[in-house]
Amino acid sequence: MERKNPGTDFRLDWFENIAINTPAAERRAASLSARRSLKKEWQAAWLLNAVRCIDLTTLSGDDTADRVARLCAKARQPVDAGQLAALGGEGLTTGAVCVYPTMVAAAKRALQGTAIPVASVATGFPAGLMPLDLRLAEIRYALDQGADEIDIVISRALVLRAGWAALYDEICEMREACGAARMKAILATGELKTLTNVAKASHVAMQAGADFIKTSTGKEPVNATLPVSLVMLRAIRDYRDRTGFAVGFKPAGGLRTAKDALNWQVLMAEELGRDWLRPDLFRIGASSLLADIERQLSHHVTGRYAAVHRLAAG
Amino acid sequence: MSKVSEIMESMEYGPAPEDASAVRDWLRERGSFGHFIAGRFTRPGETFATRDPSTGEELAQVTQGTARDIAKAVRAARRAQRGWAAMPGHDRARFLYAIARTIQKRERFLSVLETLDNGKPIRESRDIDVPLVVRHFYHHAGWAELLESEFPGHLALGVCGQIIPWNFPLLMLAWKVAPALAAGNTVVLKPAEYTPLTALAFAEICAHVGLPAGVVNIVTGDGETGNALVQAPVDKIAFTGSTEVGRGIARALAGSGKRLTLELGGKSPFVVMEDADLDAAVEGVVDSIWFNQGQVCCAGSRILVAESVAGRFETLLRARMEKLRLGAPLDKSTDVGAIVDPVQKARILSILDRATAAGAELVGGDAAPGCFIAPGYLRNIAPANPGMIEEIFGPIATLSTFRTPDEAVELANNTRYGLAASVWSESATVATDLAARIKAGVVWVNCANTFDAAAPFGGVRDSGYGREGGREGMLDYLSVPVSAPRETAPAGIIPAEGQAIDRTVKLYIGGAQKRPDGGTSYAAQDELIPLGNRKDIRNAVEAAQSALAKWQGLGGHGRAQVLYFLAENLAQARAEFAGYASVDEVDAVIRRCFFYAGFADKYDGATVSARPGHLCHVQPEPHGVMGLIAPNAAPLAGFMSLVLPAIAMGNAVVAIPAQDRPMAALTLAKVLACSDVPGGVVNIVTGPRDALATALAAHDGVSAIWHAGQGEGVAEVQRTAADTLIPVWTPGPRDWGDLHAQGREFLRAASRTKTIWLPYGALPAGTGSAAY
Repeated sequence: MERKNPGTDFRLDWFENIAINTPAAERRAASLSARRSLKKEWQAAWLLNAVRCIDLTTLSGDDTADRVARLCAKARQPVDAGQLAALGGEGLTTGAVCVYPTMVAAAKRALQGTAIPVASVATGFPAGLMPLDLRLAEIRYALDQGADEIDIVISRALVLRAGWAALYDEICEMREACGAARMKAILATGELKTLTNVAKASHVAMQAGADFIKTSTGKEPVNATLPVSLVMLRAIRDYRDRTGFAVGFKPAGGLRTAKDALNWQVLMAEELGRDWLRPDLFRIGASSLLADIERQLSHHVTGRYAAVHRLAAG
Repeated sequence: MSKVSEIMESMEYGPAPEDASAVRDWLRERGSFGHFIAGRFTRPGETFATRDPSTGEELAQVTQGTARDIAKAVRAARRAQRGWAAMPGHDRARFLYAIARTIQKRERFLSVLETLDNGKPIRESRDIDVPLVVRHFYHHAGWAELLESEFPGHLALGVCGQIIPWNFPLLMLAWKVAPALAAGNTVVLKPAEYTPLTALAFAEICAHVGLPAGVVNIVTGDGETGNALVQAPVDKIAFTGSTEVGRGIARALAGSGKRLTLELGGKSPFVVMEDADLDAAVEGVVDSIWFNQGQVCCAGSRILVAESVAGRFETLLRARMEKLRLGAPLDKSTDVGAIVDPVQKARILSILDRATAAGAELVGGDAAPGCFIAPGYLRNIAPANPGMIEEIFGPIATLSTFRTPDEAVELANNTRYGLAASVWSESATVATDLAARIKAGVVWVNCANTFDAAAPFGGVRDSGYGREGGREGMLDYLSVPVSAPRETAPAGIIPAEGQAIDRTVKLYIGGAQKRPDGGTSYAAQDELIPLGNRKDIRNAVEAAQSALAKWQGLGGHGRAQVLYFLAENLAQARAEFAGYASVDEVDAVIRRCFFYAGFADKYDGATVSARPGHLCHVQPEPHGVMGLIAPNAAPLAGFMSLVLPAIAMGNAVVAIPAQDRPMAALTLAKVLACSDVPGGVVNIVTGPRDALATALAAHDGVSAIWHAGQGEGVAEVQRTAADTLIPVWTPGPRDWGDLHAQGREFLRAASRTKTIWLPYGALPAGTGSAAY
């Protein structure tokens, strides 16, 4: 299977007849977490795996270079070194850090000497309502600052008005602007509302060459949910079955607890298979999630629950 | 490398066993079990082992119930019944509430016990069975509270014998016990021999909440014990299990006057239209035939998929199937557990052998050591293949295709069963049409195996009769007492004019006067009456079948118009009945025409409060062709008291008039013909009543029989109908001219409900949809 998605021509017929049955998607998502249970070492292993898939994120108006540096330090050492060693996970880092374009340089500096990629949001994040040339310029700026990955936002209006061809063209231009950098397309599913919209937008983004499709900016009223993720994973599966190209998935903004991290991984394993449990095809956009995972891991190693103040801040 | 880092490479799930120590302690303490009779456990008698099918390990010894045990339990139930029924509904509600609450508090214990005894995955007993059990007792606590106001004039039946299967042991117990108790009955329940343990744990709960002694009695044992219960002096038998055993019970009860409800086998269609959400449908298969190891009477076991999407559907189905985990039932990550017993496993494998020998191709479905069979499906399978006909009762579906919606319906209905159906389409127009056309007691649109205490469940055809759940289910545990008939001499027979010309009377079949097949007559009422036979019945049933579509297509309003017109013409034709019916009778029939014309568009279903986010619609549907055996009393009013409600509901009927006084009915034929009653809707066959009635009972095309006679004739019809599984209703003697001979009870008997589930929701959770 090809790991790099070159995209395809615009193929409306691949998705125009999609109709997602929402109650059925809800049922599947609800029963999925009840169908699999992870205990003891297996739970610890799956939680550690989640850590290496996290895009540790700060996307706030009050971000500063020092704040970003602290986040990067956490990305280098996401779990207490002693506990990590006890679990046999020496050297484990998060999947990436994710920041605004103006913070990319600070992140790169802080991550020097590591293989941790820096992801930058771009294209007028989070709303995307900027002129296209400025959005494309922002991608180029982020790359120029050293970003390894670009998280673009799509134009929700084009989805809501079924302007699929226009959406495809826009994302293609962004893809081109990203060059060799990995491109993640944020669908902002909470604003697309229907699962059918989510499925169709997923297909357009993949056809336009997205390496990942991502649920949310973290700024919508509803961010990543299991039913939305289920629908996006099925779109990834359909695209893979048609083209042979593997597209990654990044839920963002809805994962806060260790249990969430397990649920989403079970979803990946059950719907797409274990290849989609690796950081090259699975990322979790999160900030507070890591602390809860750390607490669970700490309990696994020490047998007692750690207070948050005992964990290194990120 | 540490174990954790190894797992990070493989990303396996690892074991996640549910803790069974509390249940094992309980089993150890109890040792072996007696029955639960009159509020206490008896000393164990001759016992047999009940086992964990996943390991073969013996869990406990339980007592083989004898006829004496049954007799003792029935006596205890009888003694308790009067007091239980006389208790205010509120007090019965308190007991049912206490049971619901206690089960809730013991849900983990009961889930583990159920999984150990039955082999089903702990996820299912924990997330599906036990919550539904709790829901059932809550719902029926409500019916107990509301009984007097919601069912005025209804009485409890008395003592109910209940025999339940092993596939959902505690849930089937709840479905039986909760409505019976709510209605004021007491019960003797026999759990399945493979899975008696949760019933015994339930007995402890009854004792714990202080349920009066004898209200619930539980006698364990095998089919012999069940047979003793069927023979015992109970007022009703409620049975869930195989069609063959159901037939035997119906035969044994023939002529006994005991009420009977049967919830039997199924081979339910699972129809995937081309506009379906295929992923949703595939998950529906998982919830159908790959649920509870496929040991589900209503499982959508015959997958019918539109040819245009069959390829993709099968790809998705297969991929999903390969993700299912077969394994230890107590493991929380198990999807498919153990078959209940080696006998059942062998039975499933033998059907699969015959299916593949007949040309079908089995995908998956491998037998594994112990009581395990992997999920699978049969493809390339023809309608005549045994795998397509027989209920496999294992995790194996059949997969075949159709071209158009009419063919989908034809294939869906091409079965002897009629329990449930699942229909997948994103078009409400298409889905609701299929839901209407498929012959089944339950239809799930875009969902599968969805249950609720408020949603009636039960079948048609060889899947049995009677409903469990909701108002319909309550009515199957209640009776409406009939007033004794008025003993008056028939007054005011319309005087006959001097008859000049001979009358020729014929059978009335398909809207035409027909000579009897045998070409012979018998004398009655000074006329030569055609002597109908089996072939006339056959012809009449065929005529009725061909009339159904048009008659049902008229709708309630259309049928009402015909009935009003019939009343008008009867009034004109009073003189025709000279010598055969009284003025009172003709007038009563005219009023009755108006009554049922009025009801034709008003005997409605209901949308019940089953689950949030689901339209759950319960609608009365006509049986189809009904056989009516008229009472001897009141040759016109009695005859029409049966015909009118039946045709008002959209049935077509084959009616057998009073043998000795058939002229009123035969005269009626002419009035029917001129009243726009389409030919074939009412067919009249005169002759030897008992022989004709038995011929009706032996015709698979007849879907319900009403027999207004008594005695051996009824028994013979019921014996015959036990084989065809036609429900026989016996409206007792009454004054056929007065108000006791009409009403909702007749309309209910002229129909059976279909429960249609339709989950809705335009938007996912958390985005403001009313569905969540």
